[in-house]
Amino acid sequence: MNENKNLKKGLGIHARRFIAYIVLILVTFACLFWFYVLFINATRSNGELQAGFTPLPSTHLLENWNNLVHGTLPVWQGMINSLIVSVLSAALCTYFSTMTAYAIHAYDFKLKKYIYAFILAVMMIPTQVTALGFVKLVGTLKMEDTFIPLIVPTIAAPVTFFYMKQYMESTLPVSLIEAARIDGSGEFHTFNNIVLPLMKPAIAVQAIFTFVSSWNNYFVPALILHNDKKKTLPILIAQLRAADWLKFDMGQVYVMIAFSIFPVIIIYLILSRHIVQGVALGSVKG
Amino acid sequence: MKKKSSKAVRYNKWGYIFLIPFILVYVVFQLIPLFNTIYNSFFENYLSGLTQIGPNFVGLENYKTLFTQGDIWIYAKNTMILWIMCFVPQIILSLLLGAWFSDVRLKLKGSRFFKTVIYLPNLIMASAFSMLFFTLFSDGGPINSILMQIGIISEPYKFLANTGSARGLIALMNCLMWFGNTTILLMAGMMGIDTSLFEAAEVDGATSTQVFYKITLPLLRPILVYVVITSLIGGLQLFDVPQILTNGTGDPMRSTMTLIMFLNKHLYSKNYGMAGAVSVILFIITAILSLIVFKVTGNDKRKA
Repeated sequence: MNENKNLKKGLGIHARRFIAYIVLILVTFACLFWFYVLFINATRSNGELQAGFTPLPSTHLLENWNNLVHGTLPVWQGMINSLIVSVLSAALCTYFSTMTAYAIHAYDFKLKKYIYAFILAVMMIPTQVTALGFVKLVGTLKMEDTFIPLIVPTIAAPVTFFYMKQYMESTLPVSLIEAARIDGSGEFHTFNNIVLPLMKPAIAVQAIFTFVSSWNNYFVPALILHNDKKKTLPILIAQLRAADWLKFDMGQVYVMIAFSIFPVIIIYLILSRHIVQGVALGSVKG
Repeated sequence: MKKKSSKAVRYNKWGYIFLIPFILVYVVFQLIPLFNTIYNSFFENYLSGLTQIGPNFVGLENYKTLFTQGDIWIYAKNTMILWIMCFVPQIILSLLLGAWFSDVRLKLKGSRFFKTVIYLPNLIMASAFSMLFFTLFSDGGPINSILMQIGIISEPYKFLANTGSARGLIALMNCLMWFGNTTILLMAGMMGIDTSLFEAAEVDGATSTQVFYKITLPLLRPILVYVVITSLIGGLQLFDVPQILTNGTGDPMRSTMTLIMFLNKHLYSKNYGMAGAVSVILFIITAILSLIVFKVTGNDKRKA
């Protein structure tokens, strides 16, 4: 940018494009380099890893994988637990957030203004500040080591609600709902059979975001799940970190990391266009 | 058949019915825990060895201890330093990339590919990413190995034993994880600017630098404030990365210990009084910051 200032007419379009590409390539490198090293190292044996880094993959991926699966960490169980929690969270969160948005969007009732303002006001409260009360509540309800406290609370997700509400304003005309009423469709039936299908694109985007944030969540699950059979992947990663890792087979460590981020990368590669659009959409406010 | 108005009322009760799941779940899993957290902050309640102390009502004693003990100031300072180290490069890079992506004259090829790549780290599990960095930057890890092979250093650099490099790593990771998100937000804001303004500037012979400072930045102000404040709220919640990277110790010398790590420590040691006090303070700070966001985006709406 300083260079631009020195030249009175500014840099030519070609020079600017050149600089842009250089920066973009550097940034791309900075984003992908770590995953490249992860992939390479996941294929190398512990002995090879101790000997130093080489840029080419080796042949020990399956061996590392077998060692990991038959080792002390319940990785498959962790993967299944993570999947259960994330899939159910995504389903409940999107369904009920759409329902909440529909209540505010399609109906006129006395408390509507206040409830809407309230939901917007609490949107920014981080889960960490209520964690103490949450953990105590979970203890009182005897829900420790169950997935309920990780799944059910996603029904009340102000951020997802807000996105759904924005989307409804642009895609769901009230006349459509009235037409359904004239046809004799009950309110609940209208919501499930007319509104939900129309909201599919928004639901898809939010389902992905809820899935990913639930998949990656560490703070709350670590406070609630103590039983090895119930632990999700992030807790296992933390356990791996806490273990005496010097004695650990490093090949296994890399495979474990790859294993826990792999599903999300696959989802992302398939759906990246919708995800990136979804982020942009959510930001355009008012 | 009933009159139209009563029909509307009959339909509108469904507004309440559809709100039941949200309100019920919110009250049980958010509101009650929030009040319980505040309530707990006024009690002395911890384990001393194996004996349970309290819960006894102590008023504001927990807050007093918290502020006079002084640890919280260190952790607040760490959190702020880490946030600034992460946010400054992030916002500069995001503004630059956002301006390039939204510049129609520049006609960048493959911008979808680049957008896909820069957003990728945001979705990676923070704990796995930190574990990866921990192994990559460990004394015998690949980064040290590469640096020694190139000949930059002759013996392994202890990245996690030095305050600067440990903080730098955390900032780098957070920056990588969040700059793609910020870029896309800013880009969406830039795309929303009336293109006739850019065309007029071009006719008047403005350079791209002038356009950026005189048109893009001022018009982007509301969304910039939004990005800064939400990032600050996110920065206050910094936990996964330093927790996993340092195994919860905040080493070296507690220089990477954040406020939430402090809270987490109290939660694990079941010192509920102190955990409550820390939570309430974090809650008040976030509430103030959210109010600012509310005002800024609210003003934005009125103008539009």
